[in-house]
Amino acid sequence: MFESLTERLQQAFSPLRKKGRLSENDVRAALRDVRMALLEADVNFRVVRKFVAEVEPEAIGSEVLESLTPAQAVIRVVRDHLVLLLGGEAPIHLSSEPPTVILLVGLQGAGKTTAAAKLARWFHRQGRHPLLVAADIYRPAAVEQLRQLGEQAGVPVFFEADRRPEELFRLALGRARQLAADIVIVDTAGRLHVDEELMGELERIVAVHKPDEALLVVDAMTGQDAVTVAESFSSRLALSGLVMTKLDGDARGGAALSIRQVTGLPIKMVGVSEKLDGLEPFQPDRMAGRILGMGDVLGLIERAEASMDASVGSDLGARLNRNEFTLDDYLTALRQVKKMGPLSQLMDLIPGMGGQMKKLKGQVDDHALVRVEAVLSSMTLRERRRPQIIDGSRRRRIARGSGTTVQDVNRVLKSYEDMRKLARQMRGGKRGQRMPPGMPGLPPDFLPPPR
Amino acid sequence: MAGFLNRFWQGLRGTREQMGQRWRQLIGRSVSAEFWDELEEQLYLADLGPEAVERILERAHRRLQADRPVDEAALMGLLEEEMMRLLPEDDPDPWALSPERPNVWLVLGVNGAGKTTSVGKLAAGFRAHHRRVLIGAADTFRAAANEQLAVWARRSGAELVQQAPGADPAAVAFDAVVAGRGRGADLVLIDTAGRLHTKTPLMQELGKIVRVVGRECPGAPHRTLLVVDATTGQNGVVQARQFAEAAGADGIILTKLDGTAKGGVVLAIQQQLGIPVRWIGLGERAEDLLPFSRADFVGAVLGREPWTGGESQEGGPTRPGRGSAR
Repeated sequence: MFESLTERLQQAFSPLRKKGRLSENDVRAALRDVRMALLEADVNFRVVRKFVAEVEPEAIGSEVLESLTPAQAVIRVVRDHLVLLLGGEAPIHLSSEPPTVILLVGLQGAGKTTAAAKLARWFHRQGRHPLLVAADIYRPAAVEQLRQLGEQAGVPVFFEADRRPEELFRLALGRARQLAADIVIVDTAGRLHVDEELMGELERIVAVHKPDEALLVVDAMTGQDAVTVAESFSSRLALSGLVMTKLDGDARGGAALSIRQVTGLPIKMVGVSEKLDGLEPFQPDRMAGRILGMGDVLGLIERAEASMDASVGSDLGARLNRNEFTLDDYLTALRQVKKMGPLSQLMDLIPGMGGQMKKLKGQVDDHALVRVEAVLSSMTLRERRRPQIIDGSRRRRIARGSGTTVQDVNRVLKSYEDMRKLARQMRGGKRGQRMPPGMPGLPPDFLPPPR
Repeated sequence: MAGFLNRFWQGLRGTREQMGQRWRQLIGRSVSAEFWDELEEQLYLADLGPEAVERILERAHRRLQADRPVDEAALMGLLEEEMMRLLPEDDPDPWALSPERPNVWLVLGVNGAGKTTSVGKLAAGFRAHHRRVLIGAADTFRAAANEQLAVWARRSGAELVQQAPGADPAAVAFDAVVAGRGRGADLVLIDTAGRLHTKTPLMQELGKIVRVVGRECPGAPHRTLLVVDATTGQNGVVQARQFAEAAGADGIILTKLDGTAKGGVVLAIQQQLGIPVRWIGLGERAEDLLPFSRADFVGAVLGREPWTGGESQEGGPTRPGRGSAR
């Protein structure tokens, strides 16, 4: 789909590099690419206009013009400005007089009910005692959904039939005192910001008791309308921040910047998976990279960490070091990698996927992994533990069992041998051999300097 | 019928008023650089996205140069025409089913797009057209999805096939098709769990549902509808591509048009992938699902009354927007 901004700027600058110095006009042309990248990321049109106007003076400053890597210099300027505008990390404010009341509002389908349960889970894991309040009395089975999620999260859910949402809220505050709950999380019905009646209901809810946090839940896939929605909600009640959901998709999330710019509301939490633990504090630098389509190295690392079983990993490492790495271990490792998601998608998280890397991406074949796994699974345990016993007859059986050919089986065995050899070299070899040579295609300074 | 149209206009009101105001400010100015800037802004704010916007601007530019419109109506007409050309003609009979029995329709989309509600509304709509409808609850993942669908089935008078949460969705779909045939249903609607298009295993699960349904009932699914939330931005194109690849999505239900979002991304989807919009959702009630009309869509994006035939909003003769479809 869209090329990353990094790549586009590199292309734009490469012919210029040959003729020597860059001119201001060259940089202005590059800023047009920045503008398109932001529009593709669904940043609001007017916010984009303002943003580009703001970064222009700095981008045509001498640092960029004289830089040896102007593409990177422009990106750094743009990225830094973006991080600045996205604001810092904003923790959820806890009241000095418990319970802290958190109200979640938003459009239908933004992910309020799930976010409510995730928030409850998040606090529950920190040793707090949240109470969930099911105040969405309209959507069929919304209460039931929260009830089930609450059960999964180990958090009580309050609901009474035939009550208005504001009454439910009042009663819930009483229940919170009974249960000694220190956090009350209210899930409200999804509503359109143009729906007078339902917006009035929100006002009645906050009139009962002013929440400590009133969070607008926004889907990361939201387009230009995000600004209108956020403005309408914040004109009706005092919002204190945003929760951005569905960031586990590949939406670039430009809405985060738009809303932040227009309303000044900080982004507090982000939803990063369907699982109940998939809620994290917002990190502006990661969001900036994402909006610019520059990949998300931290995301990659975290995804690896989340899906890898740490004990399995270190166990494998130890075996590799002692040269006891068997085909059984190979299978374990393979399954770990598979858990992280399809390879082609993982590669999207790598910044600077330019030139040769891009070609490589086309060749990545997730099916190849499936075949390897099939071959390994068709071996007996004894064969996996002692690969040297695999003779021609066994190879034929394995091929039949896995729906592959003897050549495929040979290839798997060969790659296993190569891996063992590499491990031996790394263990015993010279220092210089430890790391594979630098990856081609990556710009030398693709990461911003540590702040 | 009048009530129907009323709802349609009420639903689109937010969109129209907001855009119309801005749009009218443009009219009457000479076709200057400023005009183009503002037109560009209108189109971007409707979520058409860079590719579609550039294309429309280019075409509009050519037309305006050639035809030199003299007044508001002429200018609007030109732009509308150019945009209409980018969309296929409306389905003349959206409530028609193909001759096989049962017809099997599969409904998919990302989380929160409005799949279950759309399935409920489709069921109600076809029930109102005297069809026997059976719903297969293949969303076995989301908490309380079964309950939500049960409410819709009861409301619409459709039959429901479901299994315990966590069951294999393909098995539910299979059961639904078998039951649909056994009970003589005209239409089997299969609701699936919301899934992000980036989750490969979940997308493969859709492929499995399609295969299982197709094996049991040749030609099925007869329609595979992708539900897209009108507030979705450019990610909608990626979604559509992935769902088309995984399950052959061949039509779109554009939901939540009763807010201020215009859902312009469907134009980009049409252009890049050729998947047309079939239905639009304008609210939470059973009647709030209408066949898509390109004239109305273009009208809403441009922020003007969708047709100029002189019919009043309440008293239109047929379905909204048919009057000006070319």
